[in-house]
Amino acid sequence: MSGHLLSIEDLSVTFRSERGPVRAVHSVSLHVDEGETLAIVGESGSGKSVTALSILRLIGDAGRIDRGRILFDGRDLLTLDKAGIRSIRGDRISMIFQEPMSSLNPVLTVGKQVAEPIRLHRGKSWAQAMEDAAELLERVAIPDARERLGDYPHQFSGGMRQRVMIAMALACQPRLIIADEPTTALDVTVQAQILHLLKELTRELRSALILITHDLGVVARYADRVAVMYAGRVVETAPARALYARPSHPYTLGLMASIPGLDAPAGTRLPTIRGQPPDLANLPEGCPFVPRCPHARAICSSAVPPLEPVGPDHLRACYGFE
Amino acid sequence: MHAYVIRRLLALIPTLFFASLIVFVSMRVIPGDVVDLMLAQNDIATGQDRERIEASLGLDKPLHIQYVQWIGGALVGDLGHSLWQNTPVTELILARLPITFELGLLALFVALTVAIPIGIYSALYQDTAGDYIARSFSLLMLAVPSFWLGTLVMVFPSVWWRWSPPLEFVPFFEDPVRNLAHMLVPAILLGLSLSAVTMRMTRTTMLEVLRQDYIRTARAKGLSEPMVVLRHALRNGLIPVVTLIGLQAPLLIGGAVILEQIFVVPGMGLLLLEAVSQRDYPVISGVFLIVGVGVLFINLAVDLSYGWLDPRVRRR
Ligand SMILES: Nc1ncnc2c1ncn2[C@@H]1O[C@H](COP(=O)(O)OP(=O)(O)OP(=O)(O)O)[C@@H](O)[C@H]1O
Ligand SMILES: [Mg+2]
Repeated sequence: MSGHLLSIEDLSVTFRSERGPVRAVHSVSLHVDEGETLAIVGESGSGKSVTALSILRLIGDAGRIDRGRILFDGRDLLTLDKAGIRSIRGDRISMIFQEPMSSLNPVLTVGKQVAEPIRLHRGKSWAQAMEDAAELLERVAIPDARERLGDYPHQFSGGMRQRVMIAMALACQPRLIIADEPTTALDVTVQAQILHLLKELTRELRSALILITHDLGVVARYADRVAVMYAGRVVETAPARALYARPSHPYTLGLMASIPGLDAPAGTRLPTIRGQPPDLANLPEGCPFVPRCPHARAICSSAVPPLEPVGPDHLRACYGFE
Repeated sequence: MHAYVIRRLLALIPTLFFASLIVFVSMRVIPGDVVDLMLAQNDIATGQDRERIEASLGLDKPLHIQYVQWIGGALVGDLGHSLWQNTPVTELILARLPITFELGLLALFVALTVAIPIGIYSALYQDTAGDYIARSFSLLMLAVPSFWLGTLVMVFPSVWWRWSPPLEFVPFFEDPVRNLAHMLVPAILLGLSLSAVTMRMTRTTMLEVLRQDYIRTARAKGLSEPMVVLRHALRNGLIPVVTLIGLQAPLLIGGAVILEQIFVVPGMGLLLLEAVSQRDYPVISGVFLIVGVGVLFINLAVDLSYGWLDPRVRRR
């Protein structure tokens, strides 16, 4: 036993597409400890969502998990039978999705949707589960929660819907919550409230949190550890502080440079990472970041660099640069 | 909600007005004349007889006057009298209406119980052998007219097994078993032809719904696949299917007219055919008017059922 709450070992996922197989996740290894917040960052298409969905085996029919193990409480989620994985979903591990508009069922009341996992996993009657749902909606600070149990999703604003999603995810007091860009679709002012609420409630429950985001500012505020993904691989992973203090992969450096610093003199041009995100169906030999890397050398194109320690609990996949 | 229903009912009035006008005028445009038919039955008729008959039937007045008289009567439930039997048309129709209604309802029941489960199955097992069989079957049902199938069902069993579907009509409340035995075959044929399009629609909308984010949410909660389909997908998938059923109502009635003829079901269809062959104008117009009202009410019922299926339209 590894001692981690969740550990993903050597996970690879492939999707069928018109242009041939697309390897969306490649040899990813990650772990999350009890009560910890792990942030996964990376550009669009880097495989963050696919990694997250793989944990609960929700990647859909087009995708296949080719390789790897996902250990949770010492059991491999990838080899559980269907009933086994269903008993984990929504109970021990729950998910919050990016789009609060489309992630709630338009024809079912909010109360029913929040009560559903309680009824399912706790075997309570609908009446009891609705009672719990009312309390959950109060905890996520929905005004007049009890009266709103019978309302439908379209009667709530985006932020309120995401609160409903959070209530739903917390319903069975899961050990791990996976939040896939929970605030990307929301107003900036609402984003902070939602993240704050999420962090607060996971802390109360002592649940672990995997927080997927584009936003390194969010990472700095909420994460204990960070994994940076690029082209389906983890290219750097470190405690949040260490990553900010000493970013070690050229891609991470690029991401860091692209957040406007408070101390930057006015008028400084914001550096962005040059080049296009990689085409997963057509990756170069060796390190996938080579075409965009300012430090690329001959060795970089020979083979994919392995993840190697550069500090305590700090790994990067790079042959090094000055 | 009540205000909405009342508004919808008021909106039916102009539609019905135009429908009745078209029905009334087209009746008189079709070739053949009731008076000719009557005279042909009576060899000793003379030119004078013709005028007398026309006057007695009210056919000598200008067409627009006739229309106003007819529609005025219709508003108070009087659709005139049959030109041949002098029975009130309302009475004739009321005797036949429940029979066609029963046939339609049975057919709808058959259509839904066939189409919805198969449509769901096809969507869940997309591109499997079962899906192909279901889709081919529905294509076949679309292509084969129900009168042809009806004829086959009448002819072949009697040739092969010396059995044919019962053709003797018994009112439902007299002997429900024999009534259903008679109605079942036409109801199944009519239902199957309606199920073809409904099945395809169910399949398409279920495929669409199963791709939605909220279905992934439902799975992420740990629900079993049947629960995901029945509780989360089906109601969303049925919204367009219900519209389709409303649109198919006229088809259903048209099919009923033909199958009533083949299986000797004394409903509105048979009444209409008799009336047309005798050029019995008031009966024809009356039947069409009632059918029109029926179609409009079916569509109103469909619209109202959205409110039940889809909470997003409830508060308009
Ligand atoms: N259902 C699917 N069918 C085909 N390809 C898919 C599917 N889902 C994901 N992919 C592929 O996997 C790659 C990684 O997708 P993923 O959704 O994990 O990216 P992401 O890092 O979450 O990006 P974003 O920040 O935009 O959410 C995508 O580039 C896409 O090509
Ligand atoms: Mg994503």
